[in-house]
Amino acid sequence: MVVEAIKNGYVIDHITVGNAIKIYHLLGLDNIDCEVALISYVKSKKMGRKDLLKIGKLIDIVFDKIAVIDPDITINIVKNSKIIEKKQLEIPEKLINVGICNNPRCITSSERNLDQIFHLVDRKNKIYRCHYCEAILENSKIA
Amino acid sequence: MREKKKKNLIDIKDLSVKEIDDLIKVANDIIEHKEKYSHKCDGKILATLFFEPSTRTRLSFESAMLRLGGKVLGFSDSASSSTTKGETLADTVCVVSGYADIIVMRHPKEGAPVVASKRSLVPIINAGDGGHNHPTQTLTDLLTISREKGRLDNLTIGLCGDLKFGRTIHSLITAMSRYKNIKFILISPDELKLPEYVITEVLEKNHIEYIETNSMEEYMNELDVLYMTRVQKERFLNEAEYVRLKDYYILDKSKLETAKEDLCILHPLPRVNEISTEIDDDKRAKYFEQAYNGVYIRMALILKLLEVL
Ligand SMILES: [Zn+2]
Repeated sequence: MVVEAIKNGYVIDHITVGNAIKIYHLLGLDNIDCEVALISYVKSKKMGRKDLLKIGKLIDIVFDKIAVIDPDITINIVKNSKIIEKKQLEIPEKLINVGICNNPRCITSSERNLDQIFHLVDRKNKIYRCHYCEAILENSKIA
Repeated sequence: MREKKKKNLIDIKDLSVKEIDDLIKVANDIIEHKEKYSHKCDGKILATLFFEPSTRTRLSFESAMLRLGGKVLGFSDSASSSTTKGETLADTVCVVSGYADIIVMRHPKEGAPVVASKRSLVPIINAGDGGHNHPTQTLTDLLTISREKGRLDNLTIGLCGDLKFGRTIHSLITAMSRYKNIKFILISPDELKLPEYVITEVLEKNHIEYIETNSMEEYMNELDVLYMTRVQKERFLNEAEYVRLKDYYILDKSKLETAKEDLCILHPLPRVNEISTEIDDDKRAKYFEQAYNGVYIRMALILKLLEVL
């Protein structure tokens, strides 16, 4: 399958198969004014199979929050058809409106206008806890 | 605009060991010299916002404020608050904080006091948020242990009953883990064992010695403190499971045969069957003292948060 190379933009590489669609939504790529290619199940030397996302414009994007889904992702910044920078992601200390608290007794389940806030409590195991009720953020509740 | 105050008590971890020691000192002084404190809060108002009923806790706070010479106002269940009209917690607290000098709140939702403290102009005391925190119960427990044993370090503490859902147990473990040479005997049926995260994030992280057992008698002779808890019906999804576990442990005279002469038996109350009434006259039963102590430590806390000492 051939997907056109991009001139200016980003290539999000080394995404675990199946995660590209989650990252697409988490970054709000459905709401931007440029071409986006989502390619799944691509052959990879390092990973066997992987997903890829190509964004056809150098828009302002804060990528760190996608580290919650896939910490080993590489962000390639492309300018004039050349990769000018490769970025690894940092796991963020705090997540705002990235995940939803799964605890039915949490105040976020009833109070209106509350941000969903989580704090990193265990970097090694990527564990976040709810700012309000301290419940652990479950992977299925991200994005 | 009044300046926003930052002092609150939402989680027992909000207090340093030094602050807890100071509160215990003040509470002990109040017990010795009640008259000295009877006008400390003249002209101050405490609001009790109980979005779910808890008569015992509310009366304990109201008694504390009245004994300090202050006044109280509030509501005792959400039916009499504006929440039923769809008002957010943030708005309710924002309004009430203009009517009072300090707010005590109990709420069925976990984390509610965090939301409240952000909007309140006055200090917030968490009097229980769902199954999450209940720091003034823990302060009460610490005051009682300190008064009965003369120390908060070098203790073997038995925790018995529902260790899974019992928030007072989790808070007490967290608080006691900061003192030297503490050992816990965790007594529970397999279904109600202490959650794994409390073991890893509190006990193992602080290198605290602990033993898990389902026998109440096995380590009885080692205990300095025995903390009993009630198995709470509302925590179970399945009625049959509750019925099977509710009377798993009943403390009676025969169970205390090997216990130390100076064992201190505690219970956050209300009890159901887990402590036989035949124990009530035993000099080691301290759960009623514990309930009385709750008023004095709350008085000390109100004084601290209002900065009137
Ligand atoms: Zn939560």
